[in-house]
Amino acid sequence: MDKVSFNLSLLSYLVASLGYFVYLAYRRPLVSTFAGWMVAIGLLCQTLTIGIRSSQTGHGPYTSSFEVALFLAWLMVVVYILTEWKYKIKNLGAFVIPLVFVVLLFSAFLSKDVVLVYESSEMRFWLTLHRTLSILGYAAFSIAFAAGIMYLIQEHQVKTKKLGIMYFRMPSLEVLDDLNFKVIIIGFPLFTLGFMTGSISNMQLNQSFFSWDLTRTLPLVATWLIYSLVFFGRMMVGLRGKKAAQGAILGFVTVIGTYFLHTL
Amino acid sequence: MISTEPNLVLVGVNHKSTPVEIREKLAFNQVKLEASLEHLVGYPEITENIILSTCNRVEIYARVDNTDQGIQLLKDFICDYHGISRGSLDQYFYSYCDNQAIEHLFRVSASLDSMILGEAQILGQVKDAYSTARASSSTGLVLNQLFEKAFNVAKKIREETGISERGVSISSAAVELAKKIFEDLENHSVMLVGTGEMAELAAKHLISYGVKTVYVASRTFERAASLAQSLNGCALDFEAFKEDLYRADIVITSTSAPNFIISKEMIEHAIHKRKNKPIFLIDIAVPRDIAPDVNDLENVYLYDIDDLQNVVNANMEERQKEAENAMEIVQQEVTKFNDWFSTLDAVPTIVEMRNRAEVMRKSEVDKTLKTLTHLSADDQKAVHQLTQSLVNKILHKPTINLKKKTQSQDGHVYLKAIRHLFHLDD
Repeated sequence: MDKVSFNLSLLSYLVASLGYFVYLAYRRPLVSTFAGWMVAIGLLCQTLTIGIRSSQTGHGPYTSSFEVALFLAWLMVVVYILTEWKYKIKNLGAFVIPLVFVVLLFSAFLSKDVVLVYESSEMRFWLTLHRTLSILGYAAFSIAFAAGIMYLIQEHQVKTKKLGIMYFRMPSLEVLDDLNFKVIIIGFPLFTLGFMTGSISNMQLNQSFFSWDLTRTLPLVATWLIYSLVFFGRMMVGLRGKKAAQGAILGFVTVIGTYFLHTL
Repeated sequence: MISTEPNLVLVGVNHKSTPVEIREKLAFNQVKLEASLEHLVGYPEITENIILSTCNRVEIYARVDNTDQGIQLLKDFICDYHGISRGSLDQYFYSYCDNQAIEHLFRVSASLDSMILGEAQILGQVKDAYSTARASSSTGLVLNQLFEKAFNVAKKIREETGISERGVSISSAAVELAKKIFEDLENHSVMLVGTGEMAELAAKHLISYGVKTVYVASRTFERAASLAQSLNGCALDFEAFKEDLYRADIVITSTSAPNFIISKEMIEHAIHKRKNKPIFLIDIAVPRDIAPDVNDLENVYLYDIDDLQNVVNANMEERQKEAENAMEIVQQEVTKFNDWFSTLDAVPTIVEMRNRAEVMRKSEVDKTLKTLTHLSADDQKAVHQLTQSLVNKILHKPTINLKKKTQSQDGHVYLKAIRHLFHLDD
């Protein structure tokens, strides 16, 4: 059952991605509406998958690498839908939903084995908080990543004075820059809190389970540094536009890299 | 007898077929338009008509009993009305019927037949022509449906193709760019350096899109002051404008200075003061006012007159391409409309309905007669006659009413219902 719903969600996101691409290139309003429905169906199926999986494992979807990817993709869609609903960013779907699809597709190749967790209830509290906050932060960062890519495409066109289809089909620089900032302003504190709760739970483990592992921790610190530069840079010295977009992209690439380091 | 065959014709002249000297003579005065429409409705051969008269075209759309006769009649009407002999004008007229007329109207409404592809004005003009005609009751089922459809098609094309979204004038291209940089122009400011006519035009365009704050700097302060006043802005001293550059989101330069008056350093300074908020520089001056390397700065976008002209040219080409996509939509919609249009013809439906009844009657009678072997040939004939007249009596009123109803607003609904009830489309 969870396999069926997983595959259905994967298929829905694929169709939705194609729909958004078609809309980007040929803009038929019906296609966009259709893609929107496919995203909704995908989210529904994915929610079902997570629900079934959690009832089987007895814990939330964040213990194994598979679960983390599954949960991240789910949150990305939720954050995307909220963004779309609140700000109505033209063609954002064409950049976010394919990313969701890739994350989910990647998770399909990961081991579906249930990782058993032995932890005290206090430990469990901190770990759950750590995982939820971090993954929420990553989901917000993924939107910033998409906004960053869109910004660079749009900026390139306006700067080089070669105004192609994308120039007309994509939002203005201000809207994209603004979106980048808005999601980072939400994502960064979440990620920071996630980082801190992670350290707390790590210390509680009394360094007996695993000690501060540099290869695992350093990339996280790097990620945090990049986002803090984007975040505080904007606040203090007006870091915006292209540099902010590049920062958001680099940050998310680091996030993905970190995830791989943890997975492999 | 009521005609059940809807013939649609169109006669007209436009900017492609006819020089302006002729077109202006054929234009229908807006004030007298209603009288003209009523006059046309007076012709027994014309059941509906709409006159579209703009500076680029004069066209009459009509539903007539006979296509060829209708076309001649409309041409005569246009010539007589304006007191011009037909002979000298014949070469300019174009005329279309049915499918082609539908297509033509769709193209006109969607601005695919306009001098500037995709301009927005024509749709409003077609709408006006239609509402004037409706007000003087010169339209009916067919033209109402046709024009409403044309508005839908125009809207669809506007939404689904980029035919209208690309500016084809320098100032509209500049406004588009400003909106792609700043999105909402309302809380943004513009600074005019120099008071050239083009700069003024572009500023007015920006103001119409919501720009509220306007600064004007000119070497002659009086000139700056008077332009500032007309734009509801504030005049700056020419020597001081450099210090105020950082206040402007959009700067339009149009001075006659022989050298660059805005350097990279100046903009660097301004952008720093603006905390990297983007700045859009439009240099309309020739020779140019702004050093081109300014564009290398981040968050700075510099367009000179040639850049804008290139954008305009590219936009024109793009509109041409979009027009091809739009034509596909037109073709699809013509087919759809034609399907509806052809159902208006009641005759085939009536014939089919009667045939269907006759087939049923005959097969039922034959079945029964096989069991009634004792009947003589005369008796059998009488049974046939009886059943035939029964069927005729039953179908008589529906036939008459159907013919009548197809002339009314909702005629197609009746036709559809009959076809459905009698299973004619199986």
